[in-house]
Amino acid sequence: MIMTKTDFIGFWTILRKEYIRIVRIWSQTLLPPVMNVALYLLIFGAFMGKRIGMVGENTYASFIIPGLLLMSVITNSYGNVSTSFFSAKFQKNIEEILVSPIPDWLIVLGFTFGGIIRGGLVAFCVFCVILVAPGIQLKLQNPALAILVLFLTAGFFSLAGLMNSMFAKKFDDISFIPTFVLTPLTYLGGIFYPLSSLPEFWQKVSAINPILHIVNALRYAFLGSSDLPYWYALTFLVVGNIVLYYSCLKYLKRGLGIRN
Amino acid sequence: MTAIEINGLKKLYGGKYEALKGVDLSVAQGDFFALLGPNGAGKSTLIGILASLVMKTAGTVKIMGVDIDLDSARAKSHLGLVPQEFNLNIFEPPIQILINQAGYYGIPVSIAKKRAEKYLTQLGIMEKAETPTRMLSGGMKRRLMIARALIHEPQILILDEPTAGVDIELRKLIWNFLTELNESGTTIILTTHYLEEAENLCRNIAIIDKGTIIANTEMKKLLAKLDQQTYVADLAKPAKKAPQLKNFTVSRIDDYTLEIPVGRKQPISTLFAEFAKKKIAVKNIREKTNRLEQLFLDLTGKVQA
Repeated sequence: MIMTKTDFIGFWTILRKEYIRIVRIWSQTLLPPVMNVALYLLIFGAFMGKRIGMVGENTYASFIIPGLLLMSVITNSYGNVSTSFFSAKFQKNIEEILVSPIPDWLIVLGFTFGGIIRGGLVAFCVFCVILVAPGIQLKLQNPALAILVLFLTAGFFSLAGLMNSMFAKKFDDISFIPTFVLTPLTYLGGIFYPLSSLPEFWQKVSAINPILHIVNALRYAFLGSSDLPYWYALTFLVVGNIVLYYSCLKYLKRGLGIRN
Repeated sequence: MTAIEINGLKKLYGGKYEALKGVDLSVAQGDFFALLGPNGAGKSTLIGILASLVMKTAGTVKIMGVDIDLDSARAKSHLGLVPQEFNLNIFEPPIQILINQAGYYGIPVSIAKKRAEKYLTQLGIMEKAETPTRMLSGGMKRRLMIARALIHEPQILILDEPTAGVDIELRKLIWNFLTELNESGTTIILTTHYLEEAENLCRNIAIIDKGTIIANTEMKKLLAKLDQQTYVADLAKPAKKAPQLKNFTVSRIDDYTLEIPVGRKQPISTLFAEFAKKKIAVKNIREKTNRLEQLFLDLTGKVQA
């Protein structure tokens, strides 16, 4: 896997194309997550926050901020790659890349980093909203860990989106997993409640949800404390990224859904 | 040097349907080559394998001497493909599509932009460079696909039905463009349903049917095999039955139309002389099909419509 200058320009072209697409349709890609987070902060911070009270040493708004940020990154990185790749497959313009000399591993990386760019842009916009939201006390104890968790999360869900779009045969197939798998896992992933608020049995059941661990890792980076150790999430994300990357590469080489 | 060399190429779909049954074919560098065949003959499968869009079951393919199994990237860089179906990103403008396509081949934006403008101008769609592709006409999209296939200046250009659905004026513009491109050294492989197009443009031809090459020769040699040509005569006055003409078998299509097969060695003037002798006024006479179409139908065993 040596990247020549030709390969690099090809890879950069995929990134540039994705970036242009994200910015061109900003009202579909960047605005909705910002609106969502602003509404969550308004309802759970300004309206309900005082009534809910403190979660440990933190206000309720501060407690949910890492989860909201993560939810935006997960949804958008996944959605970016699944939509972009499936649209290219559906319109057959994926052939533009397939006939070119770009190696398969760079095609996988190109689309994955496209998702990471969307996740990063959304995270930045959401972070700006949090900064200017009235009455929110933002803590960020470990910025490097926060960036690492967000980067690995965006990579993991971008690769998952790519895998989904490779198998998808119609547009319904790329909305099924976000709606019926990712959304429940995210909402039940401890964004809005501490793990300790659940009965012991459900705490054990929740522990198999990887998003719970990722939310807690990011919460640790923001608040300096969380329900679960952050290295669980980091280990899962690193291993998950590697496994998904090689799986996507294997299916792309086989031509799943794109080559006869 | 051989531009394309194919040996024992096979393709099985679903492990059952044999789309290509051991095809051997070579195309010389600089050739203008026609690949013809009826629908479902295996043309698009063959082109798909050359362009890495279809995975072969067996056989070898070399593009400019490079085996696609050994150095796929280098083989791909020699090839440009204009597919049969529109496969453009309809949300992007032509200039962006061309710059992106160049990028996939490792060409920097500064060079890509100049080339894109050159090809858009040559193909007459420069004024639509910034218009979203969904707003272009079918003919414009066809020309854009030709520009896209050329943006990395490949040595071989494959066109799968490049003039399907375009009007005659635009077809001629594309023919002239391709002729000039071929004269400048680009090897061109063309599949088309307009057999007149293949006859006028191509020097060599292969006909594929049911996954097998049934003819592969020079266009002139193939056309020389044609034994007879059928002419259609439009009459000035109605004929109630087919007239008897010496040395010709005449079929009456309707009151005003006759069909007359003329042997390759029979001068057409003898037919005119027979009409004059029988005092039959003919308003117009034309070929029923072009010569290649006749041969194509003979070779593939299709019934002439």
